[in-house]
Amino acid sequence: MTFRKTAILAAATSVLAMGAANADTIKMAFIDPLSGPMGPSGEAAYTSFQLAAEHINEAGGVNGDMIEVTGYDNKVNPKESLVQLQKAIDDGARYIFQGNGSSVAAALIDAIDKHNSRNPGEEVVFFNYAAVTPAFTNELCSFWHFRFDAHADMKMAAITDWIAEHDEIKSVYLIGQDYVFGEAVVAAAESMLTEKRPDIEIVGNELHPLAKVKDFTPYIQKIISSGADAVITGNWGADMQLLMKAAAESGSDIPYLTFYGGSKGAVSSLGEGAIDRLYQVTEGITNLDASDEQYALIEEYKERFPDYDYYYHRAFNAMNMFVAAAEAAGSADPIPVAKALEGLSIEHAYGTATMRAEDHQIQQPLFISTVSNDVKYGVDNIELGWTLVDAGTIPLEAAEQPTTCEMERPE
Amino acid sequence: METIVFGLLNGVSYGLLLFMLSSGLTLIFSMMGVLNFAHASFYMLGAYFAFTITGSTSFWIALFIAPVLVGLVGAVVERYGLRKVHANGHVAELLFTFGLAYLIEEVVKIIYGKTAVDYRVPDLLNFAAFEIYGATFPAYRIFVIFIAIAMLVGLWFLLKRTRAGLIIQAALTHPHMVGHLGHNVPFIFMTVFGIGCALAGLAGLMAGNIFVTDPAMAVQMGPIVFVVVVVGGIGSLEGAFLASILIGLLQNFAVGINASFADLFGFIGLTEMSEVGSITVSSLAPVLPFLLLVLMLIFRPQGLMGEQEL
Repeated sequence: MTFRKTAILAAATSVLAMGAANADTIKMAFIDPLSGPMGPSGEAAYTSFQLAAEHINEAGGVNGDMIEVTGYDNKVNPKESLVQLQKAIDDGARYIFQGNGSSVAAALIDAIDKHNSRNPGEEVVFFNYAAVTPAFTNELCSFWHFRFDAHADMKMAAITDWIAEHDEIKSVYLIGQDYVFGEAVVAAAESMLTEKRPDIEIVGNELHPLAKVKDFTPYIQKIISSGADAVITGNWGADMQLLMKAAAESGSDIPYLTFYGGSKGAVSSLGEGAIDRLYQVTEGITNLDASDEQYALIEEYKERFPDYDYYYHRAFNAMNMFVAAAEAAGSADPIPVAKALEGLSIEHAYGTATMRAEDHQIQQPLFISTVSNDVKYGVDNIELGWTLVDAGTIPLEAAEQPTTCEMERPE
Repeated sequence: METIVFGLLNGVSYGLLLFMLSSGLTLIFSMMGVLNFAHASFYMLGAYFAFTITGSTSFWIALFIAPVLVGLVGAVVERYGLRKVHANGHVAELLFTFGLAYLIEEVVKIIYGKTAVDYRVPDLLNFAAFEIYGATFPAYRIFVIFIAIAMLVGLWFLLKRTRAGLIIQAALTHPHMVGHLGHNVPFIFMTVFGIGCALAGLAGLMAGNIFVTDPAMAVQMGPIVFVVVVVGGIGSLEGAFLASILIGLLQNFAVGINASFADLFGFIGLTEMSEVGSITVSSLAPVLPFLLLVLMLIFRPQGLMGEQEL
């Protein structure tokens, strides 16, 4: 009797559990460093995706379904990322977010292509929110990959245009991380500078190991003794923060033109020295004029995650574009969503973002900003924050770069 | 000229920091004959303790309390862990410290989180000491150099010029004899282990705010400490000192050199265009200490100043 009762109960609960699984959670996996030297970069993005998902769920979800974002720590290691990818797929995730490290993104693109061709009907889509090696939307482009950040050539075009306007800059030093992304940055800087300002001399070209250097002082001193008027760097995460720490200690006042000056700790490392000296190119900064909703979002993020600042605006863009695509397609399945994403435009707080169908590269206005002590929102829990430079808005048309992508699409 | 001056300054300050860290390890080895794999973990504990104490009081109080706390933790580990394991031989001890390193890392992750904490240089020392060739040298690094030298002198004085030092030295080589003379040898061992850990803690306290204080700092620092100890000669304080400075200088000078392999070996026909020729010396900087380790083990297994072979 008792046995039969238990059996019925077990059967009932398993039916319930199955029902719950179908009650429509859209599982998304966030595969990025959540520990170690690059941990803060991953954490800041992870919290942004989670907050974005919460807001979407509160507003009724995606066609009534709820989004659930789960973090998988890959320690910025491509091999570890593939293990985590498999784990995520086994856990039921059909959408993968990743951004820290083009080496990782390259491995994921390849693995996801293979997975999708071997498992029709169980496709997985990769939303890349920060790995910006241009090749991913050019010669290596894939239908399953969407990039929500401007790629290295787009950002470098903005930086070199800025340099072209500043005649006082006569020599430039390039420093980057020694892997596919750092090499792409250096290559883009060299070719664009030669084209736009042939008179500029590139006085240094340095690649250092990724996330390994603890003391950048010798590198900084090399930069100083090279006599450079400006430094261009694609460094991110701890490599950005520590580079700035060493720069602050050395007391030099060379401007740093960066992709990721907004990395946690970079501004506070330089302190007042960052003013008009640290520059970054992003898809938005908190101190741009925006709607009250956007201000409320920025404040909510800061309140919820006081260790970080609202920086990953593109995480919210990626989520909102996903929702728009899923609603347009009337389904949250990967293939319809991916097809609906192609050519999709949304209005976000700082402009219009369009997912270019040809290569799955987002197109949007970019902003060059520097640090100021007179701002609405500071970063790193100090008074200093980012402010737009004069003529710092790069309209959509100017930010756009051509692509060589020839994409194969599923039927 | 600039390269040489900067290389010297940075090399010496980094080298002295390495020495602070490795002196404890080499001291412990010469005493117990065990390579303490958890040594870099005590370095990490020093940084985290200093961070906590600085947060609630001030850096200057942390400067005294944090190393003592780390030393106490070390003494407890020796008294209730290592001493028991010691009966089972060196392999057991090695495995014990290996496990301990992981344990400490996980505990630190649980308490302080997986990412870096904001441990800063004290305001009082956060200024430029002097300026040469357009670059300033931070006062805090000078402070580090002074503390390291003071520690070196203090340690030398303790070991070579005091009665306690005499007994420690005697206990290292002839523990039974010292025991029969009425000294408490296990207590001496515990004290030396504690002091060794406290020195690592002091190094963590000094380095944590120059570099990064995160749970990975022990793993990152671990290998280089072993390089110092092996290159210097296991068990030799003088050797550890020489090796630390040597490695500090080597790494800093390598970064400062712009030459590539093609420039260095051009005479045998290597060009910039080839894979090997385009490698620059500066990109090899992180590998050089390990190259030194390998060469040292091949050509001079006892190290620079060591008496015993590995």
